[in-house]
Amino acid sequence: MAHAQLTKELNIDFISKRKIAAMGSGALMVVFLLSILVRGFNFGLDFTGGTVIEVGYQQPAELAGVTQALADEGFNDAVVQYFGSRQDVLIRLAPRDEDVASAELSDQVLRILTQQAGEDVELRRVEFVGPQVGEELREQGGLAVLFSLIGILIYVALRFEWRFAAGAVVAIIHDVVFTIGLFSIFAIPFDLTVLAAVLAVIGYSLNDTIVIFDRIRENFRKMRKGTVIEIANRSINQTLSRTIVTSGTTLLVLLALYFLGGAAISGFSIALIIGVVVGTYSTIFIATAMAIWLGISRTDLLPAVKEGELLDDRP
Amino acid sequence: MNHYPLWKNLLILAVILAGLLLALPNLFSQDPSIEITAERGNQINDASVAEIRAAFENAGVPVKDVESLEGDHLLARFRSSGEQLAGLEVMQNTLADRYRSALTLSPDLPGWLKAIGAQPMFLGLDLRGGIHVLIDVDMEAALAQAVERYTGDIRTELRKAKIRYVTVLREGDKVEVRFRDEATRDQAAKRIHREFPNLTVETSEREGEFYVTGSLPPAQREEVKRFALQQNITTLRNRVNALGVAEPIIQRQGERRIVVQLPGAQDPGRLKELLGATATLEYRLVDTEHSVQDALDGRVPVGAALYKKRDGQPILLKRRVIVTGDQITDASAGFDQQSGSPAVFVSLDGPGARRMRNVTTENVSKPMAVVFIENRSVTRMVDGKPVKTRERTEEVISVANILEPFGRRFQTTGLDSSEEAHTLALLLRAGALAAPIEIVEERTVGPSLGQDNIDQGFESVLIGLAAVVAFMALYYRLFGLVADLVLVVNLVLIVAVLSVLQATLTLPGIAGIVLTVGMAVDANVLIFERIREEIRNGSSPQASIHAGYDKALSTIVDANVTTLIAAVVLFSFGTGPIKGFAVTLFIGILTSMFTAILGSRALINLIYGGRRVKTLAI
Repeated sequence: MAHAQLTKELNIDFISKRKIAAMGSGALMVVFLLSILVRGFNFGLDFTGGTVIEVGYQQPAELAGVTQALADEGFNDAVVQYFGSRQDVLIRLAPRDEDVASAELSDQVLRILTQQAGEDVELRRVEFVGPQVGEELREQGGLAVLFSLIGILIYVALRFEWRFAAGAVVAIIHDVVFTIGLFSIFAIPFDLTVLAAVLAVIGYSLNDTIVIFDRIRENFRKMRKGTVIEIANRSINQTLSRTIVTSGTTLLVLLALYFLGGAAISGFSIALIIGVVVGTYSTIFIATAMAIWLGISRTDLLPAVKEGELLDDRP
Repeated sequence: MNHYPLWKNLLILAVILAGLLLALPNLFSQDPSIEITAERGNQINDASVAEIRAAFENAGVPVKDVESLEGDHLLARFRSSGEQLAGLEVMQNTLADRYRSALTLSPDLPGWLKAIGAQPMFLGLDLRGGIHVLIDVDMEAALAQAVERYTGDIRTELRKAKIRYVTVLREGDKVEVRFRDEATRDQAAKRIHREFPNLTVETSEREGEFYVTGSLPPAQREEVKRFALQQNITTLRNRVNALGVAEPIIQRQGERRIVVQLPGAQDPGRLKELLGATATLEYRLVDTEHSVQDALDGRVPVGAALYKKRDGQPILLKRRVIVTGDQITDASAGFDQQSGSPAVFVSLDGPGARRMRNVTTENVSKPMAVVFIENRSVTRMVDGKPVKTRERTEEVISVANILEPFGRRFQTTGLDSSEEAHTLALLLRAGALAAPIEIVEERTVGPSLGQDNIDQGFESVLIGLAAVVAFMALYYRLFGLVADLVLVVNLVLIVAVLSVLQATLTLPGIAGIVLTVGMAVDANVLIFERIREEIRNGSSPQASIHAGYDKALSTIVDANVTTLIAAVVLFSFGTGPIKGFAVTLFIGILTSMFTAILGSRALINLIYGGRRVKTLAI
């Protein structure tokens, strides 16, 4: 072999598997949607409101002692956990009823912890989000997803045609539900950075889908023979090695981000890792199948020929 | 075939060189520094530099450099943060009355880089450490206050006009006046309508009693809200400036929120105390009949009180207040039309204006003083327990002679400089919070966590980049190396654009850069796969290169535009760190299109273009 290549002239029949894929995806979608509806999300501070305090100890800290000390001072609901290392402790407090005091909670907690530890506890981070702000951020997040879907739908509909746009959007919804569904099932904390990752997943998944749609359009124009299914299959195969290489390089950097980027953006990396894998799958099995199911045909994709040009071409 | 014209190669080269130059400042270390600005009524000049240098020398604090910057401030650089803190102590102990000092970090750039205005990236609070606070302004309270004010004014007005009413009360967001008979009611309605044209006046009758209701029309309500927000921002800005933090950000966010960001600040408790303080202003006549010395000796005359001026000089004022700060509706700085000396123009509301006119008519050519009163709650440790106390400070900020009777709008002259006029106008406007505030969001990041975030982010960019570079080189050989080279150039360009725009780089922003590294090679992958396909289809190497770039172009553009849409939506809906992610994603997509399409083509053309090629190393 002269050079490394993942795929040569491959001709895998992806489209014939579209029913199996649709059923499998459909079943999983139901599971994820149920989980989202029933279990909901392990929303982070950004969306629930409350206070998160990250402190750094000079020695590894004992969580039980910290929890006890906080409970003694009336913080019964404090959730105490390690964050990254045993010297790093994260304390989560639910929103308080009395609004006035909540902004000052962090000062109190740090005082309690310093007394309990008998050494200087370093305040690494405090985040306080009022309940009202949490609600707004939730609402804005939903709107952001909705608006990017609409924007993309319009662009794809203009550049291609509506069947492709519908296929792309179904694939995107599929990817989003898979990503957030896994967050719901495994109760992975869902915060603002995860939401940003979900929007990036939308962008990525579409990127992938468009590459294949582009090829389908090109092949429709170039290949005079062949059924819609044959052409779709051929297009997927032609772009397969690109699909795998790009997903691969993106996954490489995401893994670097997950393992080295620190605890603060691990949720972000997880969401994108899921999204890239699922997005690659959905591009091949969902988006194209959907467009075929909606009935794309050669005539829909031939270039719109202007009348003037026709006249000029006449001999 | 496959030959770029010279101008195109030069253009690409120029962009890359510019990118390298503009990204350069990020490589220089940051000096711990003190930013020095002049206090009210003082100026920064060449003498200040020498004076401050001398102060450090006398105290034995080694200073690296003292330089003057644009906008009338100085920067003192130190070699370590320990020396920086010692320097701050020197400034506060010896020169605090004339200079205000704030800790900051400043890149140690060589002169020629500074001369072209190059700056390193602007780091967000999650990377450099600091306090972010989101403040909600209680608009309902602001409106209620406005209606309450009208309630009092209407009562006074009716009494003055000798119109008999039963009650004048605030009912929700309306003023309601009750009368026994219709004739009086109608007379009052006419009067209120004339005296308070801003109010919507309505009459009604219930259970044999007659009512006039006055309410704020929508436009007026908006005005009250806008004013409350603006005034609170000005007030908070003044207070934050007193904290001694370099580059504070105080911005309006939406209809009723204010964002305060203090890079590098580490004491959220102090900030919260300061933000919550309330303050007001009073105009009083100066007591010229009695001696200040007597009062200082303990014989304060009846009806007068001893105050201190800003420079510490004692002054005797009459106890009677002419006008208080909440009667000031606006203040601005300008110049006196006759003498051209700096002045402050103050606008009063109706009742305040009337009172001011009466008092000043009787006291022409006598001096009048403006007293600044501030209440703030301070938490002190008493016997190991925190105790909250309220502190009240009163300070005479201005004394000026009454030249003629004042009306609704008047000017105060006798100020030292136009800068002082500005400060005074600001203080007058910012005197009190126009509406109560509440902190609804707070994010404080300690300096060590910020540094950790930078290190971790940097590491993941490097490792991710290394992995992608290795893969591309193995998989696409020479073409892969070209892709690697342009990927590195792409990173440099992202850093350069971020530095030029001074867009805030956050931790999610770094994640965006990492993601861009992964996705930026996509364009090259698309092109290279096309070239391989063309070769398989039997095209010549040169034709394959040409066709590969040509055919992949529209796909690359389509794919990137959709990601751009997602980035734009993220930017418009996101706040803080998320915006940072959107910015780097957006910039990354644009620069990667440039480097992956034009940059890589230029290189490939230089390697293969214009000669006979049998095989391609792809």
